[in-house]
Amino acid sequence: MSPSTTNGHGPPKLAGSAVSVLDRKLLRDILRMWAQVLAISLVMACGVATIVIAVGAYRSLEQTRTAFYDRYRFATVFSGLTRAPLHLRERITSIAGGSGLELRIVKPVLLDMPGMAEPATAIAVSIPDRGEPTVNRLYLRIGRLPESGRPGEVAVTERFATAHRMAPGSTFHAILNGRKRTLSVTGIVLTPEYIYALGPGDMVPDPRRFGVFFMPRAVLAGIFDMDGAFNDVAIRTQRSADIQAIEDAVDRILKPFGGTGAHGRADQISHAFLDNELIQLRAMAAVIPPVFLFVSAFLVNMILSRLIVLEREQIGLMKAVGYGSGAIGWHYAKLTLVIALIGISIGAGAGNWLGHGLTTLYARFFSFPFLIFQQSLDLYAIAAATSALAALLGAARAIWSIVTLPPAVAMQPPAPARYRAFLTGDGRLLSAFSQLTIMAFRHLVRWPVRSLLTTLGTSLAVALLVTALFSFDSIAFMVDTVFFRAERQDATLSFGVEQSPRALQSVAAMPGVLRAEPFRATAVILHHGYRERRLVISSVPQRADLARVLDLDLDPIDPPSAGLMLSERVASLLHLRIGDLAEVELIEKAHQMVRVPVTSIVQSYVGLAVYMRAEALDRLVGGGPRISGVRVSIDPARLGDLYTAIKQMPAVASIALQGVSRQRFRETIGENITIMTSVYTALAVIIAFGVVYNSARIQLSERARELAGLRVLGFTRSEVSSVLLIELTTIVALAQPLGWILGYLFSWSVVRGFESDLFRIPFVVNRSTFALASLVVLAVATISALIVRRRIDSLDLVRVLKTRD
Amino acid sequence: MHSPIFSAHGVTKVYRAGEVEVFALRGVDLDLYEGEIAVLLGPSGSGKSTLLNIMGGLDRATAGEVRFRDQDLTTFSERQFTRFRRDHVGFVFQFYNLIPSLTAWENVALVTEISSNPMKPDEALEMVGLKDRMAHFPAQLSGGEQQRVAIARAIAKRPEVMLCDEPTGALDSKTGVLVLEALSRINEEMKTTMAIITHNAGIRQIAHRVFTFKDGRIADVAVNDQRARPAEVSW
Repeated sequence: MSPSTTNGHGPPKLAGSAVSVLDRKLLRDILRMWAQVLAISLVMACGVATIVIAVGAYRSLEQTRTAFYDRYRFATVFSGLTRAPLHLRERITSIAGGSGLELRIVKPVLLDMPGMAEPATAIAVSIPDRGEPTVNRLYLRIGRLPESGRPGEVAVTERFATAHRMAPGSTFHAILNGRKRTLSVTGIVLTPEYIYALGPGDMVPDPRRFGVFFMPRAVLAGIFDMDGAFNDVAIRTQRSADIQAIEDAVDRILKPFGGTGAHGRADQISHAFLDNELIQLRAMAAVIPPVFLFVSAFLVNMILSRLIVLEREQIGLMKAVGYGSGAIGWHYAKLTLVIALIGISIGAGAGNWLGHGLTTLYARFFSFPFLIFQQSLDLYAIAAATSALAALLGAARAIWSIVTLPPAVAMQPPAPARYRAFLTGDGRLLSAFSQLTIMAFRHLVRWPVRSLLTTLGTSLAVALLVTALFSFDSIAFMVDTVFFRAERQDATLSFGVEQSPRALQSVAAMPGVLRAEPFRATAVILHHGYRERRLVISSVPQRADLARVLDLDLDPIDPPSAGLMLSERVASLLHLRIGDLAEVELIEKAHQMVRVPVTSIVQSYVGLAVYMRAEALDRLVGGGPRISGVRVSIDPARLGDLYTAIKQMPAVASIALQGVSRQRFRETIGENITIMTSVYTALAVIIAFGVVYNSARIQLSERARELAGLRVLGFTRSEVSSVLLIELTTIVALAQPLGWILGYLFSWSVVRGFESDLFRIPFVVNRSTFALASLVVLAVATISALIVRRRIDSLDLVRVLKTRD
Repeated sequence: MHSPIFSAHGVTKVYRAGEVEVFALRGVDLDLYEGEIAVLLGPSGSGKSTLLNIMGGLDRATAGEVRFRDQDLTTFSERQFTRFRRDHVGFVFQFYNLIPSLTAWENVALVTEISSNPMKPDEALEMVGLKDRMAHFPAQLSGGEQQRVAIARAIAKRPEVMLCDEPTGALDSKTGVLVLEALSRINEEMKTTMAIITHNAGIRQIAHRVFTFKDGRIADVAVNDQRARPAEVSW
């Protein structure tokens, strides 16, 4: 009988045991250091999770979009026009590189939805009378497509249908070419053209107030007097096609028909918004995981180096009894890998779960018939490999020091730490500091790289928080600027065709209208040298009170009697400065060219804004004063009456309700920011805790003897703790300004990344954001410090002093 | 005869090591008098360090009474222990326990900063003959020098009692003598009571009394009629 079976306290049985003694040591080391191991694993888990989320979501979105585009033949070149005969089809078809085209009727219409006081806006799009469209095909969710023999049948987009609880058979009213008609839903569809469906004046989709519906061409042509004509082209091109050449050819053909200019997908709103989302995900994948990988590598390095110092004699002993350097090195590498494995498992699980969450969030904003969320193994493999590699890199130096340590040296105590003559003197110079403070500072300077990296690690937590929180500031500032300083109207009515200024009186006379300001919007191509941009010049009346133009300091300015007021974005795109002459190509005036001076540069966050005084624009376009729409402020008490009146006003093609938009925008953005902020706060807390807690634990381990010595000399627990706390506080304090700077730079890059012709986010970081970011990190640091402080309180004074350092 | 500065009666200390009880002290009686140098001798594990730790307020007796002047240490709270160490006791250890990040001068100043009536660090370092090494860090000092800094640090607060645990244990005979000279000088000039633990029988020659420990008890107390000067001692 073996001793272990006769005696329960016998030595562990080795023969036949699958676990080697070194592995048992490994397991016990991990259990002993569980808190530190967990702290590092969590940091690593964040890296893995963010890779899985960001790259996963990026792939998911990208693949879904590509699949949807390909299967439903989304067009690549688009153009609007006033009206052109259908026989142009041959000429357009003959353009080299095209693989399909649709000549469509696309019209904005007002809707009168049951149970909704305010009018909704929709885009009516024609589909072929028979067969499927060649481009921009429809995905039919339920029901069938409308038939040309049955006027009044429509297919509606899914999100709009869902918002109004519509199903095949439901009916609603629309004001089509001035006449109210009853439309009946036959099918519910999705289209690659409106994955992100943004209504007029809206900054986020509101499926309740904006939808798209499809009617057979013959029916729509009948309603809008467009028999044998079209006003919209969508072309799908071959993969190798020269898009620019096709756009130019389309422009040449459509020029006499009021072509508004062909553009590619980049200027297609739904596509551009998706692009923005993809850019954001790519930025997230590029910035955040490396932060975590770096911090976890540093933490692994820190605890492994310390462990090796503590186990120096054991390492020497193992070498002395015949373990090879490789075996011992591998033992510590395994410790690193176990930490990585824990991190990878947690990260993969969390990433999977949160990735699904993000996909669900996408489903709320983007209309896809399907979402590809592939749990591709390679993604997890890449995330795991990168994390394990980062951990091993962090461990490399420490492990190398083991491998190269001769056993005889290992058995000796390490040479005493040499301190630099930092803050030395005869005492008079230092009388301001206590010896405890000097101890703390010298220790900091003794390991400058470690102190620096600890500071950097902590500052990254601050920076992440600033980056997450600044969007509150920027969005609040943007809302305030756009909705309260610039576009202060409650609603904007747009006419289907330009009206005489008398239309202003009819609008002003409507019930509940407190103030009405007309505007004219003229589509132009603005040239400067070889640079050009398609955009709309909007007119502003003098002393405007609703839609005001803001200068770069965001103060309202009155439009000068002549000349262009360019938004900063347009000015920089076209390299135009005040005093320069820009060439304005009037698209609807047979592309007539006029030279106009730039008189001011103004601020605008949405679109490519260019303004002129109303009279000046009328002079420029010629043909007498016309208005494209009216901006109104409304008496909220009479909203209902006004809505009823608008629904009966034939000229009004669409309505933008800024008040509702504002509300909707705030809700949506608020919700998104809350989600984002919670995620980032969790990430920052994990980093801060991982760094501060581990750093405090290692300091304690290195200085336990010193601190116990202080207790013996009669220093109180708080005095002794203060040595560690001063060091920790210094690091955390230095990390704050560094974190603010890094956070400021991160935020700035986010703002730059978002900059597009569609919208810009103002770069605003309030002081309170810096304060809040710091507060969170300070709270985490304090908790970490308190946990470590409890350990200082329980230092065993006698035991520590009896041992050699 | 002076009244005792320390008096221990029936001091017992039991450590629990897992399921085993270890008796470190088994009812020790001992009085220390003002200005006296007492040497505690004995094999390792005989209880001398345990007694020293209890007298110094680093550890608590399981049973018995330990009085410092008119105060009963056995009733002290943690806070009172800290105060007691700060105000009355100077420690010297075998492994010096200097703070590596502070210079010699600063190591001494560490203690003078929190004492009510300290000497100047320079003065304390001068007493141990290290005035010209004040700006050096521990890593730049020899073992004997480090131990003398530790002694300077212990005396700088003008403690009533100094407790030394193997003060020469890590030193060679020549440097050990320098350390003993420093201790002896302090005892003479400041009338500081000293309890010195040592394995080294040579040191007993400088003591007033020698206590020999065995198995947690005091086996023998010898009074030294002919005290030697440290310079005459060697081992």
